Amino acid sequence: MTSKFDMRRFMDRNDNILMLLLLTVLIIVTMAYATDYRFLRPGNIESITFMFPELGLLSIAMMIAMLTGGIDLSVIAVANLAGILAGVYFQRTAPMPGEAVTFGAELFRVSIGILIALTTGVCAGAFNGLLITRLKITPILTTLGSGYLMTGLAVVLTGGPAIIGFPALWGAIGNGKIPLGSLVGLPDYYDLAIPFAIFLVIACLVAFMLSRTAIGVSLMLIGSNPKAAVFAGLRTVRMTFYSYMLTGVLASIAGIMLSARVSAAKSDYGVSYLLQAVLIAVLGGTNPAGGRGTVLGVSIAVVALMFLSSGFQMLRFSNHLIDFIWGAFLLLVIALNALRNHKR
Amino acid sequence: MKTASFRLLRRSETAIALILILAMLVIGFINPAFWQLDNLFSLLRSNIILGIMALGVLLVMISGGIDVSFPAFAVAGMYLTIKSMSDPNFIIYIGDVPVFVAFALSAGIGLICGAANAFVIHTFKAIPLIVTLGMASVVRGLLLGIVGTSIVNIGEMPKSLMNFASANMLTLTKADGTTSSLTAMVLIYALLAVVIHCVLKYTMMGRSVYALGGDGEAAKRVGFNTRRTTYFIYCTAGALAGFAGLLYAAMNWQADPRVFGGYDMQVIAAVVLGGASIFGGYGSVLGTVLGVFMFVMVQNSLIIMGIPTTWQRVVIGVIVLLAAAISAWRDYKSRAGIGRLS
Repeated sequence: MTSKFDMRRFMDRNDNILMLLLLTVLIIVTMAYATDYRFLRPGNIESITFMFPELGLLSIAMMIAMLTGGIDLSVIAVANLAGILAGVYFQRTAPMPGEAVTFGAELFRVSIGILIALTTGVCAGAFNGLLITRLKITPILTTLGSGYLMTGLAVVLTGGPAIIGFPALWGAIGNGKIPLGSLVGLPDYYDLAIPFAIFLVIACLVAFMLSRTAIGVSLMLIGSNPKAAVFAGLRTVRMTFYSYMLTGVLASIAGIMLSARVSAAKSDYGVSYLLQAVLIAVLGGTNPAGGRGTVLGVSIAVVALMFLSSGFQMLRFSNHLIDFIWGAFLLLVIALNALRNHKR
Repeated sequence: MKTASFRLLRRSETAIALILILAMLVIGFINPAFWQLDNLFSLLRSNIILGIMALGVLLVMISGGIDVSFPAFAVAGMYLTIKSMSDPNFIIYIGDVPVFVAFALSAGIGLICGAANAFVIHTFKAIPLIVTLGMASVVRGLLLGIVGTSIVNIGEMPKSLMNFASANMLTLTKADGTTSSLTAMVLIYALLAVVIHCVLKYTMMGRSVYALGGDGEAAKRVGFNTRRTTYFIYCTAGALAGFAGLLYAAMNWQADPRVFGGYDMQVIAAVVLGGASIFGGYGSVLGTVLGVFMFVMVQNSLIIMGIPTTWQRVVIGVIVLLAAAISAWRDYKSRAGIGRLS
């Protein structure tokens, strides 16, 4: 054992991370070239830091569900329902026109709104977890059904159209900036986007939980060999249940960001995020059959794909063609992963 | 000793049929309009498209997979076929070809898409849900992005197709002189159901589908050609979807490339309701046909029963979860383990 940094071992373990970084650089260079460097303007990079955190959280949620060999197809529904329930609360407690609004009262309302949204996520996740672990329904059918159920509830609550009337402070969660750049005298696009800051904090928390706590290690073991996990004395049922609760909470935080960014909530926002979240999780090195997945991998994958889709948008590709590219990319990644595993 | 009647009672199809009859009685009790001939005929009509697609999904689910790409294949088959028949400026213009050629073309497009599914799933040992999710996005994206998003309306629709789909097999004149008719397309659905039933029940290929779903590795060792079986399953599912897509356009006199959103969910719900297991190895055509009928009936009867349409999704979600819970409970008795994707 040497304390010297062993490059080869590091490469081996982080093979996937290195490949992802390479892919990201490749995408950035190609897109910068194709868009005549418009792509690298600070304004574009800044708008990406506002856009990607919600998709990033949904992808991390998807990765956690995949760790135990499951999947969560209800994340979008949970996110929308969380935003809508908070929106309903804001509508009910809206101040009268002309009424003076103190910052304290506003802060209180927004806090309650966040609480409502997070509770929605916890309950939805617990519901999924109960059906999967106690009633033994497969994750696909559970989350397909519960996703439909929750989207249905969202339609019932809103009656169809988008719900509006979110307070300005709520909007700050999705559009605000922490003036880090301005403080040291840099232009304001060097400021830190609040969604990005939230994403960083949560990603670090989840990464810590997965790699350094009992629950994280248990989830990996359950995913790689469920029978062995049971014989090893792990409480597989309880751990799987917790993992779906965590998935629900992450989805609801994504819902807060989504509704805050557009200051509205609707039952069918972000529908295309589902495929993208699956793609990003798989691209980020998650094994959909369970047992393998890292927050770092997923985070790099989401940034890479956000650059990709932003570049295509700049090149005036239609949204349909971008959908096609996402799908093709997913199939390509599946093929590459299979070939790589085959070689080992 | 098991007598024939005892065995009949134990079958899950019997349970589904009993629940179905009970549900019909309840709905009919709440609103007697349910039993009117017009309503029953329109119910049967609503079964056709969903039912044909469900036959394909049944095959996939018996083999232990799941398919969410068939709505995209149905749209591709429908839209490309109708475009090439109606639009002289389209890349390939074939004009108003005989009806069976049109259906063969649409089913063929679905079949090719299905073969792509099978290729990825078998070659890369990939998870069917994720593959079909990606394939759906690819096919829809290409279709809408390259072929276009415009709707082919009744004026441009091929006449032969519309004439074919408006054939009735039964027309009854009521006391007040108005008539109610049952579309002959029901016969096509019935024919396809019988064919799939016979294939599953009496051919080696059909048995290998069950074997693959029961235990893929075991099926391989016993000597089944799992590659051929996988291709058969996904190609058939794709072809059925393509066929159903064109039939839908012919029956509704319109070809909209954005149609069939949410059909994946509805068809899977109906198939699960019919007793198929997502773990594979279970499922029958009779159960699926009953499941589709039950699903369509509940959906159509919500209005009759006075439930607002906004609640429709909630009801469908609850039905899926209930059906899945029952089927999971049945599976649990035969195999243990926390739900896994593969």
